[in-house]
Amino acid sequence: MNGPVMIDRRRVLAGTGALVVSFSLPDAFAQDQAAPVAKPPGSLAAAPYLDSWIRIDADGAITVFTGKAELGQGFKTAFQQIAAEELDVPFASLKVITADTSRTANEGYTSGSHSVQDSGTAIQYAAAQVRALLVAEAARRLDLPPENFHTENAAVIAPDGQRLSYGDLVAGDMLHVQAQPAAQLKDPATFKVMGQPVPRVDIPAKVTGGAAYVQDMRLQGMVHARVVRPPSYGAQLTACDISAVEKMPGVVKVVRDGNFLAVVAKKEFQAIKAMAVLSTAAKWKETPSLPKQDDLLHMLLSLPSQDKTILQQGNAPATGQKTLEATYTRPYQSHGSIGPSCAVAQLTDGTMTVWTHTQGVYPDRQGIAEMLRVPQASVRCIHVEGSGCYGHNGADDAAADAALIARELPGMPVRVQWMREQEHAWEPYGPAMVTKLKASLDGNGAISDWHFEVWSNTHSMRPGGAGSMLAAQHMSNPFTVPAPKPIPLPEGGGDRNAIPIYKFPNAQVVHHFIPAMPVRISSMRALGAYHNVFSIESFMNELAEAAGADPVEFRLKHLEDPRGREVIEKAAQAFGWHKGQKAPPNRGYGFAFARYKNLAAYCAIASEVEVNRDTGRPRLVRAVAAVDSGQVVNPDGLINQIEGAILQSMSWTLYEAVTFDDTRITSIDWQTYPILRFNAVPDSVEVHIINRPGKPFLGSGETGQGPAAASIANAIANATGKRLRDLPLTRKKIKNAIDA
Amino acid sequence: MTTLKVNGRDHQVDAEPDTPLLYVLRDDLALNAAKFGCGLGQCGACTVIVDGKAVLSCVTPLLLVEGKPVTTLEGLGSIETPAPIQRAFTEEQAAQCGYCIAGMMMRAQALLQKNAKPTDDEIRAELAPHLCRCGTHMRILRAVHRAAHLMRSADASTVQRSAQ
Repeated sequence: MNGPVMIDRRRVLAGTGALVVSFSLPDAFAQDQAAPVAKPPGSLAAAPYLDSWIRIDADGAITVFTGKAELGQGFKTAFQQIAAEELDVPFASLKVITADTSRTANEGYTSGSHSVQDSGTAIQYAAAQVRALLVAEAARRLDLPPENFHTENAAVIAPDGQRLSYGDLVAGDMLHVQAQPAAQLKDPATFKVMGQPVPRVDIPAKVTGGAAYVQDMRLQGMVHARVVRPPSYGAQLTACDISAVEKMPGVVKVVRDGNFLAVVAKKEFQAIKAMAVLSTAAKWKETPSLPKQDDLLHMLLSLPSQDKTILQQGNAPATGQKTLEATYTRPYQSHGSIGPSCAVAQLTDGTMTVWTHTQGVYPDRQGIAEMLRVPQASVRCIHVEGSGCYGHNGADDAAADAALIARELPGMPVRVQWMREQEHAWEPYGPAMVTKLKASLDGNGAISDWHFEVWSNTHSMRPGGAGSMLAAQHMSNPFTVPAPKPIPLPEGGGDRNAIPIYKFPNAQVVHHFIPAMPVRISSMRALGAYHNVFSIESFMNELAEAAGADPVEFRLKHLEDPRGREVIEKAAQAFGWHKGQKAPPNRGYGFAFARYKNLAAYCAIASEVEVNRDTGRPRLVRAVAAVDSGQVVNPDGLINQIEGAILQSMSWTLYEAVTFDDTRITSIDWQTYPILRFNAVPDSVEVHIINRPGKPFLGSGETGQGPAAASIANAIANATGKRLRDLPLTRKKIKNAIDA
Repeated sequence: MTTLKVNGRDHQVDAEPDTPLLYVLRDDLALNAAKFGCGLGQCGACTVIVDGKAVLSCVTPLLLVEGKPVTTLEGLGSIETPAPIQRAFTEEQAAQCGYCIAGMMMRAQALLQKNAKPTDDEIRAELAPHLCRCGTHMRILRAVHRAAHLMRSADASTVQRSAQ
């Protein structure tokens, strides 16, 4: 009997050289697919089937799938470049599908600068292995050795020039095969698409008014909802006469479920007007529960903590001749998305579909299913881009709101968008933090011992469980907020980048994890790395000054990592940094460096800041950054990320703190929570890339946050002679320091 | 019914007169570009051009714009035939998430219609009401300069053509 001729795909991918053709029935494949010994790289480890990542239709259409969500970082374009390069197909011929629980792999959250590192790597390896399979299939058909074939423009080319298109070659479940740990990746020297500043695929729609965001969705028969949130954490709804609201024009329904209150109307502004009336009708019992906003330092130090020594090296007694100590603090800070969170939900035939700008469609599905008390299979979450989030903002909460409301209106698509005040008051902030540093210098001006302690909440209260979502916390049969857990090292949460990259003879780092969360918090871009790098890199300057050393030279003296050294040298050289330099009057120069998480991209930033001595107002005049992200996929995309990191971090560092009284959050809009405006934008920001062809991708989206903060702080100290350690470094604090 | 003139066309709109222009544009006319950012006139995401001036549509009631020409980003050009300002923002890749960009572009457009060659300081001052959270400011400034250049050269070529 003749079975179909099959290629042993596993062996093709395992790269055993010659094409092995085996005779087997498709059913036998389960056995044939023995578990690979080593795991394939990136997200392929968790989702190993090639067709989870790349599908080729018979008509030649190629679709790339990623479980990550485009948040405005531009990685959708980067993934398309990676796939086009390794598949050898034109960039424009590909389509990239992003996070959708019905279509894409479960890649958890889009966070931690992991997208290109995890998903990009998976796509790269999957694409290379798909290309190998296509070559093998062509070789089998023509009965020639595969080495004699090459690929170009979506086709395998035979030695005689015969062209076999990918669409013709792909058949049946050919790509339903597990990825192997290794792949024959292209030589970076031959790259045509990767490494190029390919224009972003999403920008044309965004600059012409195309539908680009979940906020722009308009489903047939869609209604608009607004939520009336409690006035403060823990407030209880004691009374609410809804009769007046129900009579208002366009009102479809008032939804009340315990402390969850919402109104649905046919048109959006009708919903907003009804929300205002409903808000007045709602009577709440509030309990003062917030700490003193102006004494976060003592609040954090007095809360119970779980203490862990995360680095202990060297046990020689400190031989320092000069010892410095310093305490640095960071307030609660807001993600501050320009577009308030939004979601659309629809209950159809027992399935709740939620269109959301969440960073994690699968965890969101889990949370929403738990909240609705239905199986996960009854919920589908589809990512649609929203306004930039920079971490865990109100996206997941808005998704839960929409689902809870849509459950009351079967069949009807419900769009919920938060109001500005709600986003500001209810989003989970970046946690307040305290660091205490102590170090000694030896007779040679080198650091002989280093002590670093950090006090922080967790940096992730993202869903998974329903209890992470406001709607589920507020409903009459509520879910409790899950117990917080520290994010384990090496990535870390409050202790992210707490371990110094520099080498010291003696070093100790202690993480004081604080479980109690008096203010709602979660993940904000760079997590603890923002404050830890701000602290370490400010303190390095303080030590350099005490040692009478140049800050750049002082860093290099303590750094072995050659790639880190190169990044520092590049930023210094491009800035025109030189030992003994003196800034013009009322100006100062600053420098800072970090490798994000000590395992992702390297970034060094030199800056020049001007301080008005009469008002204390600081202005970043220019910044020069150098970054090493490994193999660069899209240099302009990388530059855009680093430029953005510098400006955003400057805004956090100079202006931003969430404010509250004993009961309510009081920073509820852009007047009460001011951020960077154009009058404070620098004259220039330069980003220099050190490309590493063929090296692994290193996550870069968050690498600039910490160095930018410390570089600016160091420049302010250089300009004023005063060291500020309590974020934000406001005009008033600078003025007080100058006058002191 | 209110008559609203948007992007050169008259529309009969059935909305209460106190409805901010933003919601009429988004809900009644299904236009995407103007965005809800704050509803308070603090961020600029909702900016459109009314009668040649940049206006915050989230705090401008329908009744104040009746009969006046309203231009949104959609009215300037399209993906296929982009206006100079749209070309400029694309060429400078002046967006990250892009949520604020339509508003920025409309105020810049209004500025360039009055002042063909604004200085950098003038552009910064003009964009003061606008917030961008991604930190795309440097590119936005470059894109406005580029748009000014493109508009001037478009004008120049129009003059040249009409002179021929």
